[in-house]
Amino acid sequence: MDDATLIRALVTACCATIEEHAGELTKLDQAIGDGDHGLNMSRGFKAIAAETDALAAMTLGDALKKAGMTLVMKVGGASGPLYGSLLMDMGKSASTAPANEAEVAEMFRAGIDAVKKRGKSDVGAKTMLDVLVPVAETVSEGGDLEAVRARTDEALEATRDMLAIKGRAAFLGERSLGHIDPGARSSALLIHAVCNVLEAS
Amino acid sequence: MSETVSIVIVSHSPEVASGAADMVRQMVGEEVRVAACGGNPEGGLGTDVGKIMEAIESVWSDKGVAILVDLGGAETNSEMAIEMIGGARAEKIALCNAPVVEGAVMAATEAAGGSDLQTVKATAEDFQS
Repeated sequence: MDDATLIRALVTACCATIEEHAGELTKLDQAIGDGDHGLNMSRGFKAIAAETDALAAMTLGDALKKAGMTLVMKVGGASGPLYGSLLMDMGKSASTAPANEAEVAEMFRAGIDAVKKRGKSDVGAKTMLDVLVPVAETVSEGGDLEAVRARTDEALEATRDMLAIKGRAAFLGERSLGHIDPGARSSALLIHAVCNVLEAS
Repeated sequence: MSETVSIVIVSHSPEVASGAADMVRQMVGEEVRVAACGGNPEGGLGTDVGKIMEAIESVWSDKGVAILVDLGGAETNSEMAIEMIGGARAEKIALCNAPVVEGAVMAATEAAGGSDLQTVKATAEDFQS
């Protein structure tokens, strides 16, 4: 798969999964957040879908940077700068498609560092980082797509018993227990979408 | 008139932001420039990095701009806007950790006296009801 085909496939798969699960993300966010995660992600990814042709004409690095900036400008909630920073810093780390697993891991790590900085957070706070960080570990360890998928699902489920300490969920204290985190869920959806594309490539 | 620190109010709701700005203008007067912005890019509840950048530009003062925000995403999006403005100007923009309405009034009152940005921010953050 060349860069343009890969970018098109990634955009299509990520936008489709967010669109398909927008209602579920909103429902999760209504339980422990401010109830706009599905709508916000859907708005952001629709804006990315509208730029598919322009993105496909770029290197993977530039496409990630552009898609990240689109999320920053279009989402309208904290997930814009968070996912936007993830993609922009992944893009800065890899100007062309990464050639091997170590480069993928490095790119992923650069993006995750940006999310930590932007959200002033880290693992254990019931956020998207609780999926991204464990999955990045699996990627760094050279795990295959099956290992990545399994780690994703396991990490997502583990957010259910975490106490939220960021965002509106933090006000809920122990009432945040028993719900998976909406940001962790959207991260898991996107990771699965990327795995499906990579498997087909 | 000597320049003062300006105030930007960022809320998820455009009505909350403009209402808070109205209160500032009535209580403090017109000498401190105040910009209000709220709503996501489609006009619903939320915040918009582009609109926050425009609001900052619209009241730009070389003395500085103090930003008051309501909740979560308003803070994250304001930090993003400051970073995107970047350079030396980003150093002259301060996000205040204060309640949006009371903080804006306190910040503007301090700014009206000609105080610098750090003092304006500290006054907003010292607010006790």
